[in-house]
Amino acid sequence: MESATVALEHGGHGHEEHHGPPEAHQSSRIDRQTLGILLFIVSEVMLFGAFFASYFFLRVVVDPPSWPPHPYELPVAVAGVNTAILVSSSFTIHYALEAIRRGNKAGLKLGLVLTWMLGLTFLFIQLNEYVHLGFSARDLGFGSIFYSLTGLHGAHVFVGLCLLTFASIRAFRGHFGPEEKDHLGVEVPGIYWHFVDVMWIVVFLTVYIL
Amino acid sequence: MHNPLRSEADAFRWVVVIGIAAASVIALTLLTRPAVGVVWMALLIGFGVGFGYRAARGSLSQSVEVTRGGDGKFRLLVVANETVQGAELLGEIRDRCRDRKCEVMVVTPALAASRADHWASDIDEAIELARQRMELSLIEIRGLGLKAKGEIGDSDPNMAIEDALRVFPADEIVISTHPPERSRWLEHGVVDKARERIELPITHVVVDVSAVGTPS
Repeated sequence: MESATVALEHGGHGHEEHHGPPEAHQSSRIDRQTLGILLFIVSEVMLFGAFFASYFFLRVVVDPPSWPPHPYELPVAVAGVNTAILVSSSFTIHYALEAIRRGNKAGLKLGLVLTWMLGLTFLFIQLNEYVHLGFSARDLGFGSIFYSLTGLHGAHVFVGLCLLTFASIRAFRGHFGPEEKDHLGVEVPGIYWHFVDVMWIVVFLTVYIL
Repeated sequence: MHNPLRSEADAFRWVVVIGIAAASVIALTLLTRPAVGVVWMALLIGFGVGFGYRAARGSLSQSVEVTRGGDGKFRLLVVANETVQGAELLGEIRDRCRDRKCEVMVVTPALAASRADHWASDIDEAIELARQRMELSLIEIRGLGLKAKGEIGDSDPNMAIEDALRVFPADEIVISTHPPERSRWLEHGVVDKARERIELPITHVVVDVSAVGTPS
């Protein structure tokens, strides 16, 4: 919304002029920080899109006799458990946000810490999977694209964990409150974390299941 | 355009929906074969894109959250652009606010000259024109002895109303348009959509700016 507010109040104040540069445009009252993370996520979707395009090129256009190419196998069950862990972390971050919206600071801290631990567990299991896979990024195009896609996602989880660390520290210092503007420091990492979860669901579906 | 992703709560809903859809694809793939899962996933993606597009276009029915001031004041939200200075509109405002402690908020949507201008965000001129009309309108309302403030709204009048209701707990809404044969807002069903979505009394005022005696 173009929020060029003109205050022409009748009575006490008379004509109130706006000085200085005009306010930045706000889209339908969305916070600038939220709009910023959404635009960032759009750019991230494009980045993942490029990697998925490479993946499907290798899989569909090059069309190897089997996928994954013989003799490689992917640990679908372990990845499935890891998926459940990451998806559950979306519920815990949402719980944290709902808690602070109600003024429950203990719930906020609990939700953030749980989310952080679940994210770290996910990353640990993924690294453990890399160690035991039996192939590397140098093994065929399959190895390259597998490590690229899952590694790109892992890097995003790492960034998300950094954001959650900052949010957790601030939560324990009592920086957040129930007002919308007072917990943007959790809201924005929360949106990013949900994006990371959704991307993993897509990666898991395409790489491990289909 | 409506942004279907405005908060963490919206993002969480997307995670849940996508998670359920993914679970159905996984189940179908494991029970049958990958090709079936791919087809099902393509169908779900198509459905999701269509749903998202309709939601963004505002075609889906949705209710607008309404809050009340609770301080005994009568708050009137007025939505108008080219007709914002019309005598009929001013008369309606005067009638609505008669013998009441009244506060008026005038929202003037900034109308882009063309769709190309809208997409290119080339609306500076439209904002300026809307601002000029609104300022003159506020002076007229002030002349009625009423307290009034104004804001430039989204080019979509329904979106502008929705935005305004977030900061102005209106008791009633007045939408002013040109006569039906010349009104783009009526052609796009602005008044009907507002009545469908908002649980507040909505009055539609027709202002014929070409009529004699009406300010242009």
